[in-house]
Amino acid sequence: MSNPSTLYEKIWDAHAVTRRDDGTCLIFIDRHLVHEVTSPQAFAGLRAHGRSVRRPDLTLAVPDHNLPTTARVDADGAPIAIADAESAAQLAALEANVAAFGIPYIGATDARQGIVHVVGPEQGFTLPGLTMVCGDSHTSAHGALGALAFGIGTSEVEHVLATQSLWLSPSRTMEVRVDGELPAGVTAKDVILHIIGQIGTAGGTGHVIEFTGSTIMALSIEGRLTVSNMTIEAGARAGLIAPDDATFAYLKGRPMAPTGAAWDAAVDYWRTLPSDADATYDKSVHIDAAEIAPSVTWGTSPEDVVPITGVVPDPASFADPSKQAAAQKSLDYMGLTAGTRMVDVPIENVFIGSCTNSRIEDLRAAAAVLKGRKKAAGVKWAIVVPGSGLVKAQAEAEGLDRIFIDAGLEWREPGCSACLGMNPDKVPPGERCASTSNRNFVGRQGPGARTHLLSPAMAAAAAVTGRLTDVRELVG
Amino acid sequence: MNPVSTISGTAIPWGQKNVDTDIIIPAAWLKTVSRDGLGKGAFESVRAVPGNIFDDPANTGAPILIAGDNFGCGSSREHAVWAISDLGIGAVIAPSFSDIFSGNAFKNGLLTVELPQVQIDRLMIAASAGAAITVDLENQVVTTEFQDRFAFDIDPFRKMCLMQGLDEIGLTLGEDRAIGDYEIACAQTQPWLVPGSGIVAA
Repeated sequence: MSNPSTLYEKIWDAHAVTRRDDGTCLIFIDRHLVHEVTSPQAFAGLRAHGRSVRRPDLTLAVPDHNLPTTARVDADGAPIAIADAESAAQLAALEANVAAFGIPYIGATDARQGIVHVVGPEQGFTLPGLTMVCGDSHTSAHGALGALAFGIGTSEVEHVLATQSLWLSPSRTMEVRVDGELPAGVTAKDVILHIIGQIGTAGGTGHVIEFTGSTIMALSIEGRLTVSNMTIEAGARAGLIAPDDATFAYLKGRPMAPTGAAWDAAVDYWRTLPSDADATYDKSVHIDAAEIAPSVTWGTSPEDVVPITGVVPDPASFADPSKQAAAQKSLDYMGLTAGTRMVDVPIENVFIGSCTNSRIEDLRAAAAVLKGRKKAAGVKWAIVVPGSGLVKAQAEAEGLDRIFIDAGLEWREPGCSACLGMNPDKVPPGERCASTSNRNFVGRQGPGARTHLLSPAMAAAAAVTGRLTDVRELVG
Repeated sequence: MNPVSTISGTAIPWGQKNVDTDIIIPAAWLKTVSRDGLGKGAFESVRAVPGNIFDDPANTGAPILIAGDNFGCGSSREHAVWAISDLGIGAVIAPSFSDIFSGNAFKNGLLTVELPQVQIDRLMIAASAGAAITVDLENQVVTTEFQDRFAFDIDPFRKMCLMQGLDEIGLTLGEDRAIGDYEIACAQTQPWLVPGSGIVAA
């Protein structure tokens, strides 16, 4: 390769089927994840035009958004029907569509079912150097393994089903470099919340972000998935982290990963993917890991981040007048007053789950805080929703489920759950939730719900005290 | 997709920044298997407040929405576009849009017009006065009856698709041979690309 290239540019160039004069390319798509909510209209479109699915073998369907997280089978192992008629119809539509179009499917009662963005890496469906899409914005998660992965709308889902490709214009590139050792109690979630707090929710718009630096590369694959997952909250459609030995070790032996000589050839190729040392980015941001504290959001935008040791900001403290107005509106919605210490904010609900933080490492971190403790009396509802059936089984093998149950938390079946308030798991109006999910938008976890985003360990700490809490006080 | 050329009429002078997809259409409305009828859930939390801008009689049937920076941020749900279209809105004018939202809008013939904030401020004044605003796609210009004339950029390919109402999938299927050649080449050079047989087809 003559010109120094970034990881993004290498993947882009390897997938251009045709190139138009204006730079737009028809990009081949290597992997397509499908779920029940954003696909029915796409399959209906295929039917209306008499079109087929070009590459069912590169497609994988898993229901996740809409499924209740209560028991899926009865005592005899028979499936329990979904009570909500619309949710049941959407699941039935997915089942009918995958059968009609011959798409590989992990169904609602399959032990491997889970959130698409947890299942993809877990099954080895996600691999470095691939292009990958799903009708879900948090597809950015898969970039943690060095795949160019991004969310698409339903029309694009239909386009990929029919043609296994998308017309795309090249994105600008942005490097977010984090260097140094993370302070005690600071996790991958705090890293990405801090980054979004620094660059804002539109900071990455039009760009693909590559996360680099010693802090990022020292994260486990689970931690990298958490960081890349929330790239979309920074406005960038895709995040990327260079594949390395940790990536290969994570993938080796996974059910859908290559084996034997194909594995060796793949690893040789993957080693060529990291950005060249002299490659340049259109934009760069450097962050010192030592500056990152356990973090929490106070408002209704993921950029509304403060250290847990901080206070609710005064809207007047923002330079931009429109941000001042937005901050005041956020505080009104959140029922908070400027100057209140974050650790004095009481919470009534705790949600540990979502494609951001529902992998085994997340559950271990939460359980480490909860072990031998009980949830506070003021906490009315606290649920733990594992990211997949395999995560659930692993957690149970380690006894984590007992720790959660003994602490007074509910141990649920896998799915998207209270992250987006689509299934029955919702936060009541006016109540607060310490949530490991990714969005604190108005009404996101249910109409009128007030969301504070934080890490699994911080959510567990909040469950114990009944208020937002600096986890370092509990695990010092 | 129906061809789009000119959108003209009153505009809703909202001006709100960072309008996220949960504001445009909350998740409870996504349980549909259809593209139709989502206007009922559009801007639900905003419209729950009496006297809100969307239910102001002056804005009834307005085909244009004016918003602030970063419109449509958040989820990839195309339902957000379907909901706005179902309200009868054919164009959203804002300083910037989230990447996924503007792509979804294009696929459905909803125009997303980017103009600098100073021009948005001017349009907000005109719209608040009940003035008609015109988005002329062919000439790439937004005009008002007060002789404002603001040029905007649009990707030439997207413009052509919008103006001709082209079926993009049909166009891409015309590249069938190129896609097939790419697949054959990849099967030889990167044999690991087809996933293992861990998952049994339904």
